[in-house]
Amino acid sequence: MAITDINEFAHLTDNDIEALGRELDEIRRDVEESRGHRDARYIRRVIRLQRSLELGGRAVLFGSRRRPAWVAGTAMLSLAKIIENMELGHNVMHGQWDWMNDPEIHSTTWEWDQTGPSEHWKRAHNYSHHTYTNIVGMDDDVGFGILRMTRDEKWRPINLLQPVANVILAAGFEWGIALHDLKAQKVLEGVDPMQWNSAPNKEFAIKIARQVGKDFVLFPALTGRAWKHTLTANATANLVRNLWAYAVIFCGHFPDGAEKFTAEQFETETRAQWYLRQMLGSANIDAGPVMGFLTGNLSYQIEHHLFPDLPSNRYPEMAVRVRALCDKYDLPYTTGPLSRQYLLALRTIHKLALPDRLLKRTSHDAPETSSERKFDATGSRIGEALRVDPDTGRRRGLLSALRAHADARVQRRRAGRRPAEVI
Amino acid sequence: MGLKSWIEAPAARVAGSNRSVANLVRGAVTRLTTPLLPDDYLHLVNPLWSARELRGRIVEVRPETADSATLVIKPGWGFDFDYQPGQYIGIGIPVEGRWHWRSYSLTSAPNVDHRLISITVKAMPEGFLSSHLVTGVPSGTVVRLAAPTGNFALPEPPPEKILFLTAGSGITPVMSMLRTMDRRGDLPDVVHVHSAPTEDAVMFADELERLSAAHPSLRCHVRHTRSQGKFELASLDEVCPDWRERQTWACGPLAMLDEIEQTWEREGIAPRLHLERFAVSRADLSGAGGTVTFGRAGKAVEADGATTLLEAGEKAGVLMPFGCRMGICQTCVVPLASGHAVDLRNGKEHSEGERIQTCISAAAGDCTLDV
Ligand code: FES
Repeated sequence: MAITDINEFAHLTDNDIEALGRELDEIRRDVEESRGHRDARYIRRVIRLQRSLELGGRAVLFGSRRRPAWVAGTAMLSLAKIIENMELGHNVMHGQWDWMNDPEIHSTTWEWDQTGPSEHWKRAHNYSHHTYTNIVGMDDDVGFGILRMTRDEKWRPINLLQPVANVILAAGFEWGIALHDLKAQKVLEGVDPMQWNSAPNKEFAIKIARQVGKDFVLFPALTGRAWKHTLTANATANLVRNLWAYAVIFCGHFPDGAEKFTAEQFETETRAQWYLRQMLGSANIDAGPVMGFLTGNLSYQIEHHLFPDLPSNRYPEMAVRVRALCDKYDLPYTTGPLSRQYLLALRTIHKLALPDRLLKRTSHDAPETSSERKFDATGSRIGEALRVDPDTGRRRGLLSALRAHADARVQRRRAGRRPAEVI
Repeated sequence: MGLKSWIEAPAARVAGSNRSVANLVRGAVTRLTTPLLPDDYLHLVNPLWSARELRGRIVEVRPETADSATLVIKPGWGFDFDYQPGQYIGIGIPVEGRWHWRSYSLTSAPNVDHRLISITVKAMPEGFLSSHLVTGVPSGTVVRLAAPTGNFALPEPPPEKILFLTAGSGITPVMSMLRTMDRRGDLPDVVHVHSAPTEDAVMFADELERLSAAHPSLRCHVRHTRSQGKFELASLDEVCPDWRERQTWACGPLAMLDEIEQTWEREGIAPRLHLERFAVSRADLSGAGGTVTFGRAGKAVEADGATTLLEAGEKAGVLMPFGCRMGICQTCVVPLASGHAVDLRNGKEHSEGERIQTCISAAAGDCTLDV
């Protein structure tokens, strides 16, 4: 079972968590109060860059029968789509720029360059995913309803196809998201999923027609004899964007250390515990400014989940403070290079394709899913964990407990491997 | 749906939608620029080349008095210069990265040739935006505009006998009317009584003099209240004995307008009176709440300062959008059409023209939501 008691898991008392919550509130307030001209200029520049890249890319593709033009145009278009979806669309629709009071850069009016209508996405993502983050059964983003990403979900034979499903999801990520959001929208509106002419279906159809029409019919047609090359260029740009978005999302949510929770945990949750759940449920990617920008600053997934509506260009500075808090409360701050985070996610995808009896560890104590009962073996509980380390003067909490737990495992394994010596 | 309207459809909501050729092109090109409009790309080159939203550029800031200035604005595409003198516009001004929204009377005459409009702003004590406009806004600033509206307007043709009663910056809409009649060279019998604290504080003093000199049918009575005392309505019989027969336009402080309204009602000539109330509504941050009106639903409800607007709406049976109900998802955002609201999390104030998260905002005085 995933985490049922977040206090116990985090090795924090109610008071600790409230204090942590207040410190996080303070970060929020500081950023809110210092939003201003510089931030506004930032987002305008990004918009300008994105639109110039898109215009440039489309223009260059008029010459796409020549290979260098095809490559350059495709690269520009891919980049434009990535920036539009990640740093612009995703963040604007989170309301990160609503404070500017500019109707053109506002969560209520932005429509993004993806097959799914913004309206559907906002409902499924901003609301469902960000409110019920990582609660198994409530947050449909845990595996997107296609992949089994936690042991809390029962294994079914179809899960054997998970490796294939994963590749398809990656390549057609925008479609996966769009269909996932469409389903959520239908549930919300209470329309019969089989009714073909329902309002969500119609919105979806119109958006698809526009998106597909633009990239696969109109622009190729406009470039005349180069139409085939334009078509492949546009398809490639969409594919590149899909793969990138997929990779970033998976690295933010599915590496080891991004915890899952049970509905029981949610039912009694306080605001401060909500914060803690966001912290423990997300994972960052180590990224410099350029990579950070290309991920739409979702390399700061932890900060994004704590403060989804604060401007993305502020995540790096917030990260410094959040990290310091993790240190102070001895909580893990899950981060790593893109390649490692992705490989961890990939490992989970492949591992959980198999039935439970082939898996060694339990749903209380596995790299990808764990719960407070993980510590039963080492006997690490809140009471004793709150002790301060006599040598270092540091608080000993979850991070220390996790380390002790890992050490114990290693020792057990060593002991198991060398029975002769033990005897 | 005909072919033409199908092509135009994506551009149907842009500001300049009365010009159908432009929108035909815009609609057609939108198929390529979707999900954006062609305007979104054009305004990268020139911010005024967009009719997605009305915009303008401040081309001149002209001081009028020590604490007032005229902003001359060149509107971008889609602006309708066919407004009526006396109407006001909404204007959005960027300060520290944030757009602030206010309404001001146009002081220019409807003027198709010069393609310019003007508003005159008086710095109000505590009015941070008006002070900014008077002293701080540089020429070249791009502003957002809302189409001219309001029924405080001069009909066409103007009535034969007119009385203007103004005080302070209440002269601004009347200035537009005077200029319009002057431009047309047809200024009927007009009596204008204007009050300002001192001689220096009279906006447009020179122009009023010039107009009276040019038009014998215009009589201006300017009163300096600090030295001459307040203009008493009782003395109207002296300056304008036939005031009861005139169409009257009055604009100024609320107390003055209330008095005028009562007098005209008492005299039974209320239909001849036109009032413009520039109630600078202030946020009521006492936490007492206010009446929340739901514009589109046509409902209203009393809400205290602790009830969220979302709850208030739901209680009144309005279909309110919502998601997380805790301020993180932005599902519940709706435009604040008038009045003020306050963010319960941090006490930040929101005013007319902003979009607010109803799940974490409460009424700060009376307000209207566009739902
Ligand atoms: S309902 Fe989610 S922000 Fe208001």
